[in-house]
Amino acid sequence: MTSIGTDKTTQQIGKVIWAENLCKKFGAFTAVDHISFEIEKGEIFGFLGANGAGKTTAMRMLTGLSKPTSGKGVVAGFDINTQSEQIKKNIGYMSQKFALYEDLKVWENIRLYAGIYGVPKKEIAPRTDDLLHRLGFEKEKDTLVKSLPLGWKQKLAFSVAIFHEPKIVFLDEPTGGVDPAARRNFWEMIYQAADRGITVFVTTHYMDEAEYCNRVSIMVDGRIDALDTPKNLKDQFNASTMDEVFHHLARKSTRNAD
Amino acid sequence: MKQFAAFVKKEFRHILRDHWTMIILLVLPILMVILFGYGISTEVKNTRFAVLDPSRDVVTQGIVNKLATSEYFILGDYLTSESQIEQCFTHSNYGLVLVFGNRFGEQIMDPDGVQIQLIADGSDPNTASILTTYASSLISLYAKELSKEDEKALLISPQVKLLFNPSMKNSFNTVPGIMGVIIILICALMTSVSLTREKEHGTMEVLLVSPMRPFLIIFSKMIPYFCISLVNLSTILLLSHYMLGVPIVGSFGLVVLISLIYIFVSLALGLFISTVAEKQIVALLISGAGLMLPVVYLSGMMFPLESMPVALQWFANIIPAKWFIIAMRNVMIKGLGITSVLREIIILVGMGSLIVFASIKRFKIRLE
Repeated sequence: MTSIGTDKTTQQIGKVIWAENLCKKFGAFTAVDHISFEIEKGEIFGFLGANGAGKTTAMRMLTGLSKPTSGKGVVAGFDINTQSEQIKKNIGYMSQKFALYEDLKVWENIRLYAGIYGVPKKEIAPRTDDLLHRLGFEKEKDTLVKSLPLGWKQKLAFSVAIFHEPKIVFLDEPTGGVDPAARRNFWEMIYQAADRGITVFVTTHYMDEAEYCNRVSIMVDGRIDALDTPKNLKDQFNASTMDEVFHHLARKSTRNAD
Repeated sequence: MKQFAAFVKKEFRHILRDHWTMIILLVLPILMVILFGYGISTEVKNTRFAVLDPSRDVVTQGIVNKLATSEYFILGDYLTSESQIEQCFTHSNYGLVLVFGNRFGEQIMDPDGVQIQLIADGSDPNTASILTTYASSLISLYAKELSKEDEKALLISPQVKLLFNPSMKNSFNTVPGIMGVIIILICALMTSVSLTREKEHGTMEVLLVSPMRPFLIIFSKMIPYFCISLVNLSTILLLSHYMLGVPIVGSFGLVVLISLIYIFVSLALGLFISTVAEKQIVALLISGAGLMLPVVYLSGMMFPLESMPVALQWFANIIPAKWFIIAMRNVMIKGLGITSVLREIIILVGMGSLIVFASIKRFKIRLE
């Protein structure tokens, strides 16, 4: 477990996400139970846990969608308790459903999100062309998103999520339902984003993907039961794969998966 | 504001790209007006009528002949008792029954005049009202002719009685009803489906994480549907005025104002439904079964509320379309001023505000 320093300000330097004893209760049910962690700039942070472990709730608190019942947190330099609007401007988000509009063209989707995130109008067109060029999608500029293959949609969704150059991008199970080749492709894009200094906060079900992360946390029943590099975790639990580590921890769960 | 513009643009794209829905939304009102309109204005010709005439004198004979020789009516049977009247409508295809009193020909000399009863089938209010109007004018024509002969004013006042539907429903009343349905369809149904679609596709989640304020998301969803309702409002008004000859007796501004208020209530309803429903199909069912059906059946559009069980009449009070239709009838057809529809306007504004308040509350709870 990481140690939480007593002096907040020194802790926050270089930390893009910082959470201390975050707690979320729904009535008598504690969905997230005093979790603490910190994530550095440019880090790829894997956020693992079985269904119902509290991943989504934790992520909602970090993205400013819901207020913690107790505890503190800073995301992109803003307090999650009081500055959720500023947080929203400085993060990107990609959901598990590749939430692009199927009946809009590729460039229209980009334009829409650029507009929502307040990218200056002059920059939108050149950056769109640049993006399409990098993805090799020049010919698809006017294609409706619904006629793109799933792997392409996913790449596009990720590019749209980081189009406004956020400090952090939250990826909620971004590779569900995609074939392994496309998944590897996608992870290359994640690495490129991290190299540019964008912090990546990713939840996933695939344990091979967990190996790609710089550090991994595993949630069980609302608590973070393990947090370290994949290598250290495997050593600690005497396992050869992350899958074994995960099952070792998930077995202790008393909650029913939903 | 740029955010908002980008988002409204997107909403218009969704709708314009969905050709079929677009066509349905724009053509449906036209179809409805034509369908209902011509249903209303069908010329009534060759309707069979029965006579209950205990007097059997020259005057009654004259009236019966007057009707029978017109192009509208054909003389059927003479009835022998009142008990047969209802059977004329239930078992044979009579459209009208003429009932004279005893010693009709003598009473016509009375200074107060004499009464004649016209009974029609009120379950088809439009036809019934046309028939009784025709018959009444034929009778008064006859009375005039008779007066000339006698050089004395004779008065025959027809008493109209509608069986099965005590209140006369004017044919023009259908136009406000069509507006009531169309606006609910577009504003409530389409808005709620479009909002739930965002939830179903997961795009709502992304929007909520974005710096876009939830209020703006909802508001920009409403704008295109608001525009479409305005287009439909004008097509309905133009068609009904120029094709069906429905008059707009009252102030045009007031007609528009009442419609705008009703559009506001419908949008609010759509919003509320989308806070309840998670799936498009649920939103569709709630607005279809929960709004459209009551609007059609309980707003007084098709079926007169007065002849419904008291419980249903009470229930009808919570249906916005009922108040809209009353207000529109008063202004459009009866030509009354704003004071006469103040109650309806207040009720509609109240309903709208209440629904908006409830939706915002629900929306916030959902976010938590």
